[in-house]
Amino acid sequence: MNVRLYVWQRATAALMVPFVLVHIAVIFYATRQQMTAADILSRTHGSAVWASFYGAFVAAVSIHASIGVRNILTEWSPLPDRAAGWCAMLLGIVLALLGFHAVVALVLT
Amino acid sequence: MSAAGTKHRGSVLWLAAMVHRLSGLALAVFLPVHFFVLGLSFHGGAKLDAFLRWSDRPLVKFAEGGLVFLLTIHLLGGLRVLVIENLDWHDGQKRLAMLAASVSALVGFVFLVRMF
Repeated sequence: MNVRLYVWQRATAALMVPFVLVHIAVIFYATRQQMTAADILSRTHGSAVWASFYGAFVAAVSIHASIGVRNILTEWSPLPDRAAGWCAMLLGIVLALLGFHAVVALVLT
Repeated sequence: MSAAGTKHRGSVLWLAAMVHRLSGLALAVFLPVHFFVLGLSFHGGAKLDAFLRWSDRPLVKFAEGGLVFLLTIHLLGGLRVLVIENLDWHDGQKRLAMLAASVSALVGFVFLVRMF
């Protein structure tokens, strides 16, 4: 892993510490309340706070996960570095697209 | 690989690093599915509601408890890495790794108890 990827990996990890803690709290709250889709959407719809929170979370996790998977592919698979990089980038793009689609679906529609 | 080359694999800290890596990999596999399901609400909540009803089964709840455990243990394992790399070294790394695993198991267990 080069220095640039290392810094991105650690920076997104540090950024996600509060995100994950809040997300775990949200999971506990939502399951405790046995929320329906309508309950969830009524809380998230039009909320700039949730859009910003989960938008930043999706961006960070897409970068973090793709670099992590790149490291695993490089160390554990026979793929050459370049191919591992392309696979990781594809994963990052898929995660970002699906993640931002989910944020839009929950907050903006 | 020689016996000396694999000796570290019995270490708690090697196990902690491996758990961190495998939990991250499992979360990376799960995330696209998670995002896809949340995106079902794009055209209203009916499809998401159908999924939430489907997920109200013991086996699915048990799997969700496992995911909460994976998320917690990956978070705590990541904190351990950040602390090791950015702060002064201190003794008790093994105890911290065991504590991280115990806290994660506890969070996953509490989640399951609240679900059932």
